[in-house]
Amino acid sequence: MKSEFNLKLDRCKGCGICVAFCPKQVLELDTLGKIFVAHPEKCIACGQCELRCPDYAIFVDKVKEEAKK
Amino acid sequence: MTERSYEKFFRQNRLPHLWCPGCGNGIAMKAIVQAIEKKSGWTQDNTIIVSGIGCSSRASGYMDFDTLHTAHGRAIPFATGIKLAKPELNVVVITGDGDCTAIGGNHFIHGCRRNIDLTVILFNNNIYGMTGGQASPMTPLGKKATTAPYGSIDRPFDACKLAEAAGATYVARSTAFHVQHLTKIIEDALDNKGFSFIEALVQCPTAYGRRNKIGEPAKMMAWMRDNAVMKNAWDKLPDEKKIGEKFPIGLFYKAETETYDEAYHHVMEIAGGASK
Ligand SMILES: Cc1ncc(C[n+]2csc(CCOP(=O)(O)OP(=O)(O)O)c2C)c(N)n1
Ligand code: SF4
Ligand code: SF4
Ligand code: SF4
Ligand SMILES: [Mg+2]
Repeated sequence: MKSEFNLKLDRCKGCGICVAFCPKQVLELDTLGKIFVAHPEKCIACGQCELRCPDYAIFVDKVKEEAKK
Repeated sequence: MTERSYEKFFRQNRLPHLWCPGCGNGIAMKAIVQAIEKKSGWTQDNTIIVSGIGCSSRASGYMDFDTLHTAHGRAIPFATGIKLAKPELNVVVITGDGDCTAIGGNHFIHGCRRNIDLTVILFNNNIYGMTGGQASPMTPLGKKATTAPYGSIDRPFDACKLAEAAGATYVARSTAFHVQHLTKIIEDALDNKGFSFIEALVQCPTAYGRRNKIGEPAKMMAWMRDNAVMKNAWDKLPDEKKIGEKFPIGLFYKAETETYDEAYHHVMEIAGGASK
């Protein structure tokens, strides 16, 4: 994984904007309608989801490969 | 993760905000605080946020500055008072299409005419969101509203053209889809000495999108992506290509003239009155 997610689930309203604009289909809504990182391994840390989330509920940081070890 | 630095500009105990799922107001509000954050010298103590009434105008309640949530259509008069009394303050106005161009239409054009040093950001969702979806002066022709169940027959205002014609000295438009562009034009508007006007197109899925069968929030933003044309490209488009729902975004007008607060303090000096 090259990215680290931080979700503020109490803020998420399940609008689906991040899901729709993610270029890699990383994100889904769970059965309660909250954001869920379904395929973290596909994430390219482009930040499109964070950029357009109207509720500031999803944040993505790039993680350096060495930093993970 | 490190907390995003702009979070300090939100009143954390007021979040999550009350806007509907997918409402574009949250995106525009973040663009404003990110633009303010870039301005050195702009602090929470010398920056004032003034808003009118509407869903959009609720933004002031979430922003951790000195804020004024005023009367419907009257944000610009309140902001004018602040600027004249304390010209050293940075004054930002948040308004809606109904607030700014219907009930507040005269305040808007006269604010432009006087070139008061304010930055006015209109959250244009093409409808009266808060009161359930009445048509505003910026509802496009043919679009449905509770007051226009067969589609609006009232020709809409182009608020940017209105602002320019009335005398504003910085006029630009962007959308909730084009977040970085929106943030950049707000930054530039904050730098302008004089009346700066920005139209931020935002989606209202609840009172506008649903009634007009445009679909969920992401579809409304995809519409912005597909129909907004950058000013440079727009100017090169032949008229027969400026069709359908296409519209220009970007900086439309910029000028330098004396601001109203400068003129006002000058006249006070010659009149020999009012110590500052
Ligand atoms: C003097 C007065 N008239 C009418 C109203 C009712 N009212 C509240 S918000 C609103 C329209 C808001 O529309 P807009 O400015 O587009 O804001 P939005 O909710 O769409 O963001 C109206 C008519 C009011 N609050 N005060
Ligand atoms: S954009 Fe934000 S509020 Fe909407 S579903 Fe994604 S995380 Fe939740
Ligand atoms: S950072 Fe980019 S790739 Fe990763 S989840 Fe967000 S939008 Fe998708
Ligand atoms: S009614 Fe429209 S403008 Fe108001 S909060 Fe809901 S989506 Fe936003
Ligand atoms: Mg409106």
